[in-house]
Formats: sequence, structure tokens, C-alpha cells
Amino acid sequence: MNDHSSKQYDIELETLRSRVLEMGGLVESQILAAINGLTSGDLQALNAVILEDHRVNGLEVSIDTDCSQLIARRQPAAGDLRLVLAVIKIVTDLERIGDEAAKIARMGKQSYERARMPSAPVAAVKHVGDIALGMLRKALNALARLDPIAAASIVREDFAIDEEFSAIVRQLITFMMEDPRTISQSLEILWIAKAIERIGDHSKNMAEQVIFIVKGTDVRHTTVEELEREARG
Amino acid sequence: MSEDLQFANPKLKVKDLNFFYGKYQALKDVSMNIPANKVTAFIGPSGCGKSTLLRTFNRLYELYPGQRAEGEIQLDGNDILAKTQDITLLRAKVGMVFQKPTPFPMSIYDNISFGVRLYENLRRGEMDERIEWALTKAALWKEVKDKLNQSGNSLSGGQQQRLCIARGIAIKPEVLLLDEPCSALDPISTSRIEELIDELKTDYTVVIVTHNMQQAARVSDYTAYMYLGELIEFGLTDNIFIKPKRKETEDYITGRFG
Repeated sequence: MNDHSSKQYDIELETLRSRVLEMGGLVESQILAAINGLTSGDLQALNAVILEDHRVNGLEVSIDTDCSQLIARRQPAAGDLRLVLAVIKIVTDLERIGDEAAKIARMGKQSYERARMPSAPVAAVKHVGDIALGMLRKALNALARLDPIAAASIVREDFAIDEEFSAIVRQLITFMMEDPRTISQSLEILWIAKAIERIGDHSKNMAEQVIFIVKGTDVRHTTVEELEREARG
Repeated sequence: MSEDLQFANPKLKVKDLNFFYGKYQALKDVSMNIPANKVTAFIGPSGCGKSTLLRTFNRLYELYPGQRAEGEIQLDGNDILAKTQDITLLRAKVGMVFQKPTPFPMSIYDNISFGVRLYENLRRGEMDERIEWALTKAALWKEVKDKLNQSGNSLSGGQQQRLCIARGIAIKPEVLLLDEPCSALDPISTSRIEELIDELKTDYTVVIVTHNMQQAARVSDYTAYMYLGELIEFGLTDNIFIKPKRKETEDYITGRFG
């Protein structure tokens, strides 16, 4: 894309994009710390995730303000307009992912404070957490490179997460049936797994916004096949 | 040309239009259908040919020697570029409003009746009705009804421009051409005229040339982007400002031009 006749406008759009990526980086490290804390039982690390969440919230508000200013002052059109609209949606998804990280940390902390976590389901949660983290990274990379093909590939991964989540639920049901004393802890692990499953959904939403920015087509609520066709087309 | 335009009901059909100012070619093989009862906006940088194209629709260029149009422009199926076309009759069907308000140096009443008299023989009562009708349509009646005998020049810029629009519609044209009608007006007068354009399209086919892209986005149903005498892209305004097909259009409307 060529530069704008207005240099300042170019700078504003570029700043907007880099601030979203900065927020994405922060959210990514929050998720990573939450999952690591969960498997290691490091309560201090989990605490730090809970305390850092306000930074994610602050970035959401400040990037939204930048978007309002850009719309009011520049009246962006076409590709610029699509970028600003997508950024508004992406920061909402990122903020929610941040909330999920804090939720994972809180649940993990609660669980560890009471007893040791059963290792089998935690390993399964770690596995699905790694997939979700990978999706988030890919979504952020697709946004940084404005690459619709990479964005489209994320959507299929979301199916894998959904399947893993169902497997964890089955495993937890078995635990609870075998020993009812594990019910409260199993439920906590279930909430954690659900939080991770939501991260996959939010990453998928972000990927859809990348396709919207580049291709101008709204691919939300379409089939994977349609979405892939739009991304390639 | 996209599907939505193929199916639109065309008022004007432009086919392979070329236009020359002496040796300089200002329009190159322009073909497009202007849909009836819609607002079509022409946008593009200065010198792209948008005003030239507008002026071919009522053969305004005829006033200047050395200017000529080649190709075909059909108004409801009749070629208006044909030598046999009666130009006075054409201009009764295709009215025009210019960038700067151009009231005649006469009363508000006569500003409007002057054009009507060229084409129709109305009795005093009928003429009064026509003038009230045109001024009401142009959203000016309330402001001037008690001073119809005052000079048109006594009005403010925005009022003068609405007077020119009233004058344009008083002869009941079928097509109304607007060449940057708001560029000399303040925002309030501009929004009055934009509102008026929206109302006018129920009765007329409106074609507007504007440098203000936001104005094109606000008032038009279809937008044509022109550059160096060529029609680059023509489509639904809803699409052009969100998802233009051509990179040239995208660059222009996002301010990446030049």
C-alpha cells in the first residue's frame, strides 16, 4: 500500500497497529504465565497474572480512544476504515482473552491452596492450552503481516480445541464418578479448560477480522470452506 | 460493469464517449449507465474529466468552439449527441446547477419564472403556483415568501444556491446535474442541500460532481471514480467506500493519492 498524502495519518494508523500488537504480546505472555503456573503450581506466578490484568484493560480503553479519534478526525475509508473497525473488535477479543488468563490463574490458585492438582487432567489442560496459545500467536502474526491465508488456517485449529475440550470433560466425569471427593477440584479444572477453549474462539474471531481487513469480506458465521475461499480469493 | 448496475433502470446510457478540448482529449472511451431516480456521484482529482462528462449530458460545451464529443449518450433511448437534437429542448430535460450560485440580477420571483417562460406559457396564477412549488422543493419558500420581489442577489450564499436549484427544477427537468453545488457553502447550507438532493431523487435523476468524498458517500447511491479522463470504477456507493475493487480507487478515497 502506498503512503498517504498526509504523513501524520500514516503515522497514526501505524501506531494503532503496533499498539494492538503490543496488547497482543501482553495477553500472550499472560496466557503463557497462567498455564505455566498451573502446571508448576507456582502461586506467585499465578498471582502476578491476576495483578497484571489491569494493564490489558487499560490498553483496551486507550486503543478504543485512539480509534474514536481517528474516525472523528480522519474519516477513514475503504482499507483504512476496515482496519480501524477490525481493531475495535480485535481489542475486545484480546481483553476477553486477558480475562480468561486471569480466570485460569484465579482457579489454579484456589485449587492449589486447597490440595495438589490431579496430574492427568492438568496435563490434558496444558496440552489444550498450548494449542490455544499457538492459535493466539498465529492470529497476532497474521495481523502483523496482514496475511489472510495464515488467518484462515487458524479456524480449523479451533475444531481441534473443541475436541480436546470434550475429551477433558469425559475424563473429568470419570474422575468424579470414581471418587466423589474430587468433584470440587474437577469442577475447577473444568472451568479452566472452558477458559482455554474460549481463548481459541477469541483467536478465531481475530483471524476473521484479519480476513476482513485484507479482503473486505465479513466471514463471520460462514462455513470454513467459504472462509478459506474468501481468504484465498 | 457490476451486476447491480446492469440491472439498474438506466436514464442515461453513455457509450464509448470521447471528448476533446481542441487537440486535448479529456474523456477516453467512457461507457456507463446512469440509473433513473438515483443519485450518481462523480469523484476524482482535478482535471480527471468529471465536470467535462457532466457537461456533455446537456451539451453545455456547445457554447465553446473547438470542443467536441464523440460517441453516444442516450437519454431514454434517444442519442442526445445527434445533430438533430434540439438543444433548448435537451436543456429543458437536463437542468444544471453550478459551483458558484449564479442568480440572475432580477427578483427572486423572476429568477425562477424566467426559465419557465422559455418553455411554457403559464397564466399568472399557474406561474405563482409553480414558483411556490419550486421554492418549497428547494427548501427556500419559508425564508423568501414575503420578499419575492427582492433581488436574488440579496440572499445569502446558501439561499442563492437553493434559489438556483429552485430555478433548475421549476422547468421540471428529468435529470438534474449538480457541479460541486456545495463547495462555496457553509456546513448548515450544505446539509440543507444534501437533504434536498435526497428528496429530489424521487422525481429526478441526479448526477453530482463533488470534490468532497464524504459528500459523495453521504448523498449518492452510485459513485464513479474518474482519473485522467477514464472511468476507473463505477459501483454502489456502499461498496466503493468500504471495499472498492480497484487499487486506484482505494488509493484515492483513502488519501493515498499523488
